[in-house]
Amino acid sequence: MFANLASLVRYRGLIQSLVARELKARYRGSVLGFVWSFVNPLLLLLIYSFVFTTVMPNNVEGVQPYALFMFCGILPWNWFATSLSDAAGSLIGGGNLIKKVLFPAEVLPLVSVFTNMVHFFLGLPILILFLVIYRHPPDWSDLVWFPIAVFVQLVFTAGLALALAALAAHFRDIRDILANVLTLWFFATPIIYPWFQPNVQKFRTLFNVNLFTHLAVSYQEILFFNGPIGHWRWLIALGAYSIVQFLAAYWLFDRLRDSFAEVV
Amino acid sequence: MTPAIELVNVSKVYRRYGGRQFSTLKSALLQRSILRDLRPSETFPALTDVTFSVPKGSTYGVIGKNGSGKSTALKLVAGITKPTSGTVRVVGRISALIELGAGFHPEISGRENVFINGIMLGLTKREIQERFDDIVDFAELREFIDAPVKTYSSGMYMRLGFAVAIHVNPDVLLVDEVLAVGDEGFTHKCLGKFAEFRRRGRTILLVTHSLNLVERFCDEALWLDEGRALSYGDPKRVVGAYLTKVEEGEGQLLAETTAKAVDEAGRDGLGRQDGQEGRDGQEGRDTQDRLDEQERPADPTSNMYQAVEGRWGSREVEITDVALLDASGQQSFVFHSGDRVSIRLKVRAAHPIDDFVFGIGLFNADGVCCYGTNTYLEEMDPEQLAGDAEATFSIDSLDLIEGTYKLDVAVHKRDGYPYDYHRLLYTFRVKSRTHDVGIYRPRHQWSFSPHIRFTPRS
Repeated sequence: MFANLASLVRYRGLIQSLVARELKARYRGSVLGFVWSFVNPLLLLLIYSFVFTTVMPNNVEGVQPYALFMFCGILPWNWFATSLSDAAGSLIGGGNLIKKVLFPAEVLPLVSVFTNMVHFFLGLPILILFLVIYRHPPDWSDLVWFPIAVFVQLVFTAGLALALAALAAHFRDIRDILANVLTLWFFATPIIYPWFQPNVQKFRTLFNVNLFTHLAVSYQEILFFNGPIGHWRWLIALGAYSIVQFLAAYWLFDRLRDSFAEVV
Repeated sequence: MTPAIELVNVSKVYRRYGGRQFSTLKSALLQRSILRDLRPSETFPALTDVTFSVPKGSTYGVIGKNGSGKSTALKLVAGITKPTSGTVRVVGRISALIELGAGFHPEISGRENVFINGIMLGLTKREIQERFDDIVDFAELREFIDAPVKTYSSGMYMRLGFAVAIHVNPDVLLVDEVLAVGDEGFTHKCLGKFAEFRRRGRTILLVTHSLNLVERFCDEALWLDEGRALSYGDPKRVVGAYLTKVEEGEGQLLAETTAKAVDEAGRDGLGRQDGQEGRDGQEGRDTQDRLDEQERPADPTSNMYQAVEGRWGSREVEITDVALLDASGQQSFVFHSGDRVSIRLKVRAAHPIDDFVFGIGLFNADGVCCYGTNTYLEEMDPEQLAGDAEATFSIDSLDLIEGTYKLDVAVHKRDGYPYDYHRLLYTFRVKSRTHDVGIYRPRHQWSFSPHIRFTPRS
């Protein structure tokens, strides 16, 4: 397993070019092309702004402007959720490669994660633009934590992606189950409502078990809220857990590896 | 010499997940173990205890009919699947021409696909950069290289896939029936490239149905049948053994076809006759005979082109057995062009008869009569036929071209009145190394004046 894990490093060139290919192929033939990577989150933010400031004004104290608050959580969530649903279908979609070419299968779910990470990064300028427009600068010193949060999320997502991809090759149901679980998960995470609301605090333990809570809250503290990062211990703990989870997922993937060529 | 590829007692058992089609995550979870549920319920042995080694620098052919495990063997060597038991060892970098262009993404250009495909096959960006021009020239796609691959024709797609794979410059090249990729010219180019590989001492493992290619090109060959290695070694010998087996199989099939045709025709004819006899006795038989004469034209040659299988006649003389015999007197259904063949008829006459003619007709698959004759035409006047007897028609040299042929045999009166007429009931096959055309092959030879020379083909 560890030999295989080491060879992952060798495949970075392959992962790189596959990610580039995904990004290129995604917008090939569309008029706006790469601009869509900016336009998509921009439109999303505009919709949320309109709904929660005009249609259904949300005046909860401390989370104004509300659209911006939500955007800080939705952006990383989209990376997470899309990665997982892409990864779940990645082995099945790449069946031709696995069956016909000597190809390291773990590359495929990882490519899903990295591709969506690029989309996440492309959404950041929009976030910055709106931080400027709303005149809501984050604490500059907090931004040190941003790469850490991204790294933790990367490892966390990659582990889940590997496990889901391996299992979904055998159990096709997982892809449908996953779609529903992700919807539930989204609403169960303090993304469109703030973490410190009394209603949320009542179920504190439950929210702590929901691991994405810690990522969402960390992003919000880093990008949106002023004042010191209160959640960093949770973030570090999640990072440590994510590494263990990644190794476990990789072990599972490795166990099932030889069956992929026969089931996809 | 050290082997480049070595398989020792390799078996591959495919799991058939068919029975588990509807089992889901839920049921797996209920049974508490996902991993346990991934065990197969049914298995299918694709390879059984196969051992062979390919010396470094040699070209090795694998032959066998469809489903014999050739591609599985190749995938095992390529490392795409793992053997269930036994060991597979390969020395050096492998490139597998199994599915050409398997990794191509239809939306992006040929150029980008070359790079990504190359990286997938284990090249670095720099290496691809160096070989890029060669690849594009080899694929003959210079003007289309920047178009998205989805706009390529299937031939272009395959050519590009082939070009990339071959330029990986592997130590071991695995080829799975990919020479049918392009037009004649491209195939020649591929063969040229293979020859170049050989000269440079690279190893090639070739899976193909083209026996000709194996004989001409390979140093050694392996014959797989139902997952077992039946023979390996000298390609000529292996191909010969394989062909013999194929012929046996064909003979078996032809024997069955013939037996079925005879059986059906016999049942038809007899059934009708018996019925008539039961009702009308001797008179009925005469009526039947007359009926037959009305239904069937008196002259059997006039309906010769009407290729309907059947059997008819009064059975005063009955053909009880028809056999095609080879030179050694064994019954056979597959012959080679130029073989000595005998057609042996066993007949039984219910009572002595003085008016009889034996006839033979050979038809090709299109229903064209290649040859027909009878004893009367050959000026043999009948005198007596009684009891059990045998008549044999011998052909010193079966000068027919390759194909499937059917046989008519008959015993009838001189005026055509049939005793027993077997129409197209017997099928046999003629094989030939020469793929000439026509209805038959006249004995021939070429001769040339000294200014014309040919190189002998190896």
